[in-house]
Amino acid sequence: MIRITKRDGISSLLSVAIRVLAVIAALILCLVITFLFTGRDPLRVITEMVGGSFGTTKRMWEFLQRTMILSCIAVGLAPAFKMHFWNIGAEGQMLMGGLGALILMKFCWTIPSLPLLILMALLAIVFGAIWGMIPGFFKAKWNANETLFTLMMNYIAIQIVLYFCTIWEGTVGTVKIGIVNGKAEEAAYHKGWIGELFTGNFNDKDYMWLVLIVLVVVVAMWAYLRYTKQGYEISVVGDSVNTAKYAGIRVNKVYVRSMAISGGVCGFAGFLAVSAVSRTLTESTADGRGFTAIIIAWLAHTNPYLMVIFAALYTFMELAGKQMASAFQLNDYYSKILTGIVLFFVLGCEFFTNYKVRFSKKHKGGAAK
Amino acid sequence: MAQTNAIELRHITKRFGQKVIANDDISLDLHKGEILALLGENGSGKTTLMNMLGGIYFPDEGQIFIDGEEVTIRSPKDSFRYGIGMIHQHFKLVDVFTAAENIVLGLEGEKGKLDKSSIRKTVREIAERYGFEIDPDQKVYDMSVSQKQTVEIVKVLYRGANVLILDEPTAVLTPQETDKLFAVMRNMKKDGKAIIIITHKLHEVLDVSDRVAVLRKGKYIGDVETATATQQSLTDMMVGRAVSLNIDRPKAEKCVERLVVNNLTVRDKEGVKKLDNVSFAAMGGEILGIAGVAGSGQKELLEAIAGLQPEEPGSEIRYISPEGNEMSLIGMDPLDIINAGILLSFVPEDRFGAGLVGSMPIVDNIKLRTYRDHKGILADRAKAQALADRIVLDLEVVTPNTNVIPIRRLSGGNVQKVLVGREISSSPTVLMTAYAVRGLDINTSYMIYNLLTEQKMKGAAVIYVGEDLDVLLELCDRIMVLCGGQVSGIVDAATATKEEIGLLMTQFRREDKA
Repeated sequence: MIRITKRDGISSLLSVAIRVLAVIAALILCLVITFLFTGRDPLRVITEMVGGSFGTTKRMWEFLQRTMILSCIAVGLAPAFKMHFWNIGAEGQMLMGGLGALILMKFCWTIPSLPLLILMALLAIVFGAIWGMIPGFFKAKWNANETLFTLMMNYIAIQIVLYFCTIWEGTVGTVKIGIVNGKAEEAAYHKGWIGELFTGNFNDKDYMWLVLIVLVVVVAMWAYLRYTKQGYEISVVGDSVNTAKYAGIRVNKVYVRSMAISGGVCGFAGFLAVSAVSRTLTESTADGRGFTAIIIAWLAHTNPYLMVIFAALYTFMELAGKQMASAFQLNDYYSKILTGIVLFFVLGCEFFTNYKVRFSKKHKGGAAK
Repeated sequence: MAQTNAIELRHITKRFGQKVIANDDISLDLHKGEILALLGENGSGKTTLMNMLGGIYFPDEGQIFIDGEEVTIRSPKDSFRYGIGMIHQHFKLVDVFTAAENIVLGLEGEKGKLDKSSIRKTVREIAERYGFEIDPDQKVYDMSVSQKQTVEIVKVLYRGANVLILDEPTAVLTPQETDKLFAVMRNMKKDGKAIIIITHKLHEVLDVSDRVAVLRKGKYIGDVETATATQQSLTDMMVGRAVSLNIDRPKAEKCVERLVVNNLTVRDKEGVKKLDNVSFAAMGGEILGIAGVAGSGQKELLEAIAGLQPEEPGSEIRYISPEGNEMSLIGMDPLDIINAGILLSFVPEDRFGAGLVGSMPIVDNIKLRTYRDHKGILADRAKAQALADRIVLDLEVVTPNTNVIPIRRLSGGNVQKVLVGREISSSPTVLMTAYAVRGLDINTSYMIYNLLTEQKMKGAAVIYVGEDLDVLLELCDRIMVLCGGQVSGIVDAATATKEEIGLLMTQFRREDKA
């Protein structure tokens, strides 16, 4: 006899313990599966998994870079999700932000580096914010379904970015991915790259700035949601729109404003991806991370710090899978399988944080209800 | 055949939790081919009782007989099987479907087949037989409230219901639509169907029913033949004898006009008038009680004053501050009212849906009122914490802490203390409360009454929407009675009787409404 009862609440210690157990169980299952498929020594498998993220300095920076971009997008989703506004348009908001950065990179590269970078970041934020505000406005004005709206906005953004990138990167009619200002012989070379500002050239350490900037964003978002009037209004609207109205909160304004912030931070992630990582923009700059971030944000219960942890875990699994795929001659989908296993466990353990499961050998007394 | 009743309820008891007994040992018969009106105040257990016939609830004790045979109704499906059709207050229709599609929704027909033309034919036959006006192909979203109700009724008839239960069917109808509905009900009666109608409106009871059964506070009071009943006799049965509660009612020294409402008219989203030309004045230094059966416009009235309801042109709501400054509240939203410096407090009926945020702890709920008090972009914290501690101490709120446990997990009484405590903490000049003691035990209720009286003595204009007439009569200075969105009378609480108010509550002025 299994009895399932809804929990009244859960201590934070137990909820953390359940999640950690879920991750460990998932990793064990990954090991078992890899062992069954490849017959390799489990120790070797572990080595490869860890090696994917920490094997070399280069891989470590790669791990950090990916974690940070993913965290930045997830943090951007936090205000929307906290408001129970299901923004699944981070992909598009990020791309539009990237486009904003790219415009300045392409046409205003003559500006000195620091102002150029600041302007790029600002324009990226504005572009992302506009892309977020549009569904926010329609929700406020006509109660348009935000989930569908933000989703569709992604596809519009992808097409816009594809169009301009093909033109500006001079790759019309080819399948090449161009790099803006990427030719070493051009005067514009390296303009608008974060690394250029500090080292004059690109190397792995460029990611240091990316890491620092994103950590600042994470802390700022945490403080915004927790301590400001606007953050408080977001929480109230998220729990009960009606209570918010009674308390004199203008809910429509909160929708639009919070979506501007949400889109703005996602746009900023786009700027970072362009300026600090890929130094170009294609539709694959976002690479589905706008969607992955939804899972991260949701798992973290809109807590920005937890988002970094989940983003790190996700990235770790992704890289571990890639590494194992190459070490054991498996194809690329292998990493997706492993990531899927971990996500399944982490999402699945939500059940145990919400419900209590008890096994009783027999039940006493007559008919049970 | 003539001897068996359509439905017999024997010793039905239904409890919710340990304390609340919604139905206490109720026995009731429904004869074949009669219209039985089920009468009672709010919370007297009418809907609960009917829900046990409809398969929504399962009785804790007692038996149900249908056509003389004992039955067990475990689900709405069982209920249908026994020929019981329930028409709920809130319609359960799919908006994008047509009338006919809604009618057959969920029926097990022939596998994979939906014979629309035969459905239409049957629907038309039913409509002709009883005098409904229905277009089987009309989509629900194009329908008026009354048309939707017709679909609900045809739906249960289509399924072969012999007993129809209508839960306050006229609450949403205009007088003309009500007349049509009653005509249809009489036709159904002629056809041998038995009907139970739940309503508050006495004139309708007298108009349409054959027999009246009265419930009061979960108990069965008795039944009378409608022919021998009067509005007065039914009111007496419904409200019972007056009980003395001994609520202290000191006289305020000076009463000044604080809130003047003139010709206030409010329509809901469907355009139905919820308030119709309401005029009154609330005085600082008195408690103005508002009585009326549920849905007579109480909610809309308070919301209109609080800036949450758009008023129709011609409406006037004036606020006169203690200093004597006048301003109009028309067109102001709650934030405008706050910004104008008007200390208006509101304890809404729906505690978690309107007054509080259930998932937040006490402090964060107090913040709803104080968070703006801090300068700059940061929300106030210290003030809310101090206030929360004070409320917990002063009002004896039982809680493990003020800043961790979600307020939803406190008991109803403690939740209400926090809400009332927060609303009076700003020393309001106008304090509105809706059903402030609903679900609370005696002690907490008295504490709330005392707090309200305290506010009155401080000069606030207190508006108290209540349902217990005994309390209204002892607590308030004046009582305004609403009926169907209109003011049916304003009485002096010291001299008025329960019967007087009971009559006003049900005195639906039909000719005005038409």
